[in-house]
Amino acid sequence: MMIIQIICSYLATIGFGIIVNIPHRALNSCGWVGVLGWVTYLVIKMANGGTMLANAVAALAIGLSSIFMARRLKMPMILFNIPSLVPLVPGGQAYKAVRNFAVGNDLAAISNLVQVAMIAGAIAMGFFVSELAARTYFRITVKH
Amino acid sequence: MTKNDLIIETILMAGKIMIENGADMARVDDTLTRIARNAGIDNPKIFETTTGILMSIPKQAAAQVEPIQKRTIDLEKVSLVNQNSRAFQDGQISLNEFRNNLVKLNISTPFFSFWLQLIAAVIVSVTLMIMYGGSWRDIIATAFAGGLGYSCYYLINNRLKIRFVSEFLASFLIGVIAVLFVRLQLGSRIGMITIGGVMPLVPGVPITNAVRDVFAGHFLSGMARAMEALLSACAIGMGIAFVFRFL
Repeated sequence: MMIIQIICSYLATIGFGIIVNIPHRALNSCGWVGVLGWVTYLVIKMANGGTMLANAVAALAIGLSSIFMARRLKMPMILFNIPSLVPLVPGGQAYKAVRNFAVGNDLAAISNLVQVAMIAGAIAMGFFVSELAARTYFRITVKH
Repeated sequence: MTKNDLIIETILMAGKIMIENGADMARVDDTLTRIARNAGIDNPKIFETTTGILMSIPKQAAAQVEPIQKRTIDLEKVSLVNQNSRAFQDGQISLNEFRNNLVKLNISTPFFSFWLQLIAAVIVSVTLMIMYGGSWRDIIATAFAGGLGYSCYYLINNRLKIRFVSEFLASFLIGVIAVLFVRLQLGSRIGMITIGGVMPLVPGVPITNAVRDVFAGHFLSGMARAMEALLSACAIGMGIAFVFRFL
């Protein structure tokens, strides 16, 4: 089961990378960043950590590893974190919200929307922490 | 052309290419300032938003403005500008060569062909549908929905150049295909097929850049990008809602 998830997340990340035209050289490493993010998400979810924590920590893992890859390959960081982020997008909740709005079930739709907003916030939080960690690290190690 | 004019022209062109193709503002700011420093200007004044760049050199009369009207997504160009900036910093190319390289890469950077993108869209749809817990029975339906939806999106975006309408029509088509396949007993769950099919249209670049821009202090650009992402998401949602309402 886990192997299927890993293969799928690798392919999905590379596929989205092709859609936004990232350089060929970055495709492979980008795929692995995506796998790392999705596995982190799954593991925390399986350990009953909750959706928000899983999204935040997965975004943190993606942020840190894409900073690492960007330094190693000397390429901009967004090449790695944009495609890797795609599996975390709250598609299911957004779909439920739209569906409930369409059939006139407004209260359920709003609760779904709140979930979408909270997941988006959790992902943003993860990225923020990773950026903060990277900046602090480089400030300490690199003398200007 | 004097040296200062050449510097300003190169910097504005580099900034325009980066912003047009989806770089985040912190990266643009860093690259442009770096180019200016390496060209010998100690204290360049550069102000950039998603819709334009302003630049002046201190103690010079003239400032230059570069408006940015179109915004597409091509991260390879961003990466190439970055590479050229590094080469300029290391002294491998002169300012003139740098400018010529920018002109060249803006016209002739290869994009993945449409067929490869279509295959990529199908792969994204199918794999994400499986990852979200869909059943293997729905693979063919999802592949059709994702592929046709992305083709619709691509054609409207490239031929007619209308944003948001392309997302709306594409997601409407995806919803119709999902309903059709389930009615014909070729798929089991409309929800999973639709979610998978819509995934290639997700505005990943504006979402990520909105977050990064806001945290880097570029509030104008961050809000503009967040708005863009929100409108795309609403267009996709409207398309799906139409299907539920009328089918």
